[in-house]
Amino acid sequence: MQKHITSLKRLVFIISLLPLSWLIYALLTDQLGANPIEAVTRDTGVWALRFIMVTLLISPLRKLTGINQFIRFRRMLGLFAFFYASVHMLLYLGMDQFFDVHEIWLDIVKRPFITIGFISFVLLIPLTITSTDKMMKRLGGRRWKKLHYLIYLIVVLSCVHFYMLVKQDKTEPLIYLLITFLLLGFRLFIQHRRNQSTAL
Amino acid sequence: EAYADLQPSDFSTEEKLTTYESITSYNNFYEFGTDKESPSALAADFPDRSKPWMITVDGECDKPGQYDYNELIKTQTLEERIYRLRCVEGWSMVIPWVGFPLAEVLKQAQPNSKAKFVEFTTLYDPEQMPGQRRRVLDWPYREGLRMDEAMHPLTLLAVGLYGREMPGQNGAPIRLVVPWKYGFKSIKSIVRIRFVEEMPLTAWVQANAGEYGFYSNVNPDVNHPRWSQRRERRIGEFLKRETLMFNGYGDEVAELYSGMDLKRYF
Repeated sequence: MQKHITSLKRLVFIISLLPLSWLIYALLTDQLGANPIEAVTRDTGVWALRFIMVTLLISPLRKLTGINQFIRFRRMLGLFAFFYASVHMLLYLGMDQFFDVHEIWLDIVKRPFITIGFISFVLLIPLTITSTDKMMKRLGGRRWKKLHYLIYLIVVLSCVHFYMLVKQDKTEPLIYLLITFLLLGFRLFIQHRRNQSTAL
Repeated sequence: EAYADLQPSDFSTEEKLTTYESITSYNNFYEFGTDKESPSALAADFPDRSKPWMITVDGECDKPGQYDYNELIKTQTLEERIYRLRCVEGWSMVIPWVGFPLAEVLKQAQPNSKAKFVEFTTLYDPEQMPGQRRRVLDWPYREGLRMDEAMHPLTLLAVGLYGREMPGQNGAPIRLVVPWKYGFKSIKSIVRIRFVEEMPLTAWVQANAGEYGFYSNVNPDVNHPRWSQRRERRIGEFLKRETLMFNGYGDEVAELYSGMDLKRYF
């Protein structure tokens, strides 16, 4: 079983790198249209959001299928979320603002969608730092778990960030918001059922 | 089809042209979808050239009329005008338009003293324009100019680019080009030009008056509520460049707005 998990992990790792590989390839072969930098910035942001959502899918999958092994992939997927979010952030800082600290600061304080995106990224940092076994032990399971509930806030903020930057056609961000409500709603439902059964 | 004997214009910029490929593949034309790629994918054969394209000129004027597009352009001297185009989203292009001053058409109609503004309307035809099947904006698209802006020699009715007939995705067969304003003011595929007394309610002001004003002059000092307008990415260039007041056409148009608080009338 362990052997299967290890090779499956390798596979998931490679799959998780595919979006980035495609973007680099498309960039080099001029397939991203007239505004390639905007396209890469947008796409890495969307991929960060998708990876966050996939980590949130692990628990429901375990509960629905009874296959606990799904959890073995969560850390890696979470780290990929941080990875894509970092590339997204770096592109904004470098390609949009040329690392101009003053301009960036103005953006963060003046523009709510940048503020929200920025907060969302900053909140991912402690989750990334505490993702190792060592940190998990050091914090203790309960505290670690509590800290990592932050991901619920992060996913909502990320969706709001997406929603706010779209000029007029909100369909796509609304789809992500809907999936987020389903993912979080599932947890509320389980919680509610658990409370009921203990009440009995 | 190509245009011949185009007059060059003193208003043309000598900046490096954006490629034909970029100008015709990266478009905001919500009538064909809200992403940048849909218009070029869906508007290649727009409009159906077998049908006449009629343009109504009416409202507060002495000589209202209906013009057949093909007849109309025969009566005009076509020029090449190389203009910068700055999109409200923060990107820009340099486009060699083919067209003639809007003022030519307006003068023919002889606007009366009540004509304070000009309202423009895009075709409404969900059969040909699939984006109109969804209510992203309140169709048909409407834009407007103050009378002096409309009569300004920079204001162009464009019927082509790069010496060729206007591609569907760029607003065929005839569109407005107002180079000192954000791109959305330059309404595409026009079927009606109307003189009115009151400031017309434009499609974007109606959609979000807090973010899009009637004037929408390019202004690096007035930010969009959600993003900065200080810089722009010139399509084809790597780094962003500074955005210029009135998109660099201040010498020609600044006097139209003397005494106006441009932060309030954005």
